[in-house]
Amino acid sequence: MRQCLSVGIATGAYGISFGALSVAAGLNLWQTIALSALLFSGASQFAIVGVIAAGGAGAAAVATSSLLAMRNGLYGLQMSRLLGVRGLRRVPAAQLTIDESTAVAIAQPEPAAQRLGFWGTGLAVYVLWNLSTILGAVVGNALGDPKRFGLDAAAPAAFCALLWPRLKSGDTRAVAAVAAVIAIVVAPHAPAGIPVLVAALAAIVAGLLPSRGPRAEDDLDDPGASQDEETLT
Amino acid sequence: MTLWTTVLLASGLAFALKFLGYVVPHQLLDGVVVSRVTAMLPVALLSALVAVQTLTAAGGGLTVDARAAGLAVAVTALLLRAPFLVVVILAAATAATLRALGWG
Repeated sequence: MRQCLSVGIATGAYGISFGALSVAAGLNLWQTIALSALLFSGASQFAIVGVIAAGGAGAAAVATSSLLAMRNGLYGLQMSRLLGVRGLRRVPAAQLTIDESTAVAIAQPEPAAQRLGFWGTGLAVYVLWNLSTILGAVVGNALGDPKRFGLDAAAPAAFCALLWPRLKSGDTRAVAAVAAVIAIVVAPHAPAGIPVLVAALAAIVAGLLPSRGPRAEDDLDDPGASQDEETLT
Repeated sequence: MTLWTTVLLASGLAFALKFLGYVVPHQLLDGVVVSRVTAMLPVALLSALVAVQTLTAAGGGLTVDARAAGLAVAVTALLLRAPFLVVVILAAATAATLRALGWG
């Protein structure tokens, strides 16, 4: 349970930055709260706010968010085996299926601890993420002009910190580099939000190519080992 | 699309994707290719977001300003294993200081 709480508290820090960035992007307090309560997946939420802040269309924001949320579906696949949930209990289980709860659960040695790790971490993160979102949004509203406080530099820094723990293998580093170049090349010629979606092609191509070196799914299974020092959202 | 539509549509789709993992037959999504693509997607999307949000101006053109300096400080902080909030605050403080000094 200590592990669950410490992950929850670490995630609270992301929540504060999410709340502040969301209101800086032009979402109001209730829309910001709705994203944390209903969407509840950090990377997708940051992506929506990022696309909106750049003046992108809602459709591009939804598409980017949903592409990121695809990995939650894969976590759900793993978790449905570990948890053995049936019927309506699958609804809260699905909502709490995020990087952190999955990482803590699969890091546990036996099934009872896995289930406790999933539900404990999921609930702790849910409560603290939502509370810190409200705090961040209120503070962000009080700050006023986002540029004066460098909030537009905080967003890419937040994405970079989310990306960092995923760059362990040569494959992922190559995909990250190619995606960044694609996005920069496309950016001057496409509406905001589209360059990021085009860059996602790099992931699809990399996934279809035969793996070299450490396999990509090792990255997915790995977060449990390091989740004490760096939570993945 | 209004902001509320965006918020609710994205939330609905995210939940549907999470729920899908609990209801589809395991064999269907269990292929090596599917897991590789799903593992790579966040990497590509996050990296592209970093690049675009650091280096593009309002019209989509490329520019180097206080945000790039903020990102450089963020990467340095990450190399030194700084926690998430410290990384974000250092990046924002760098950009804010440079702007207060009249650059970027």
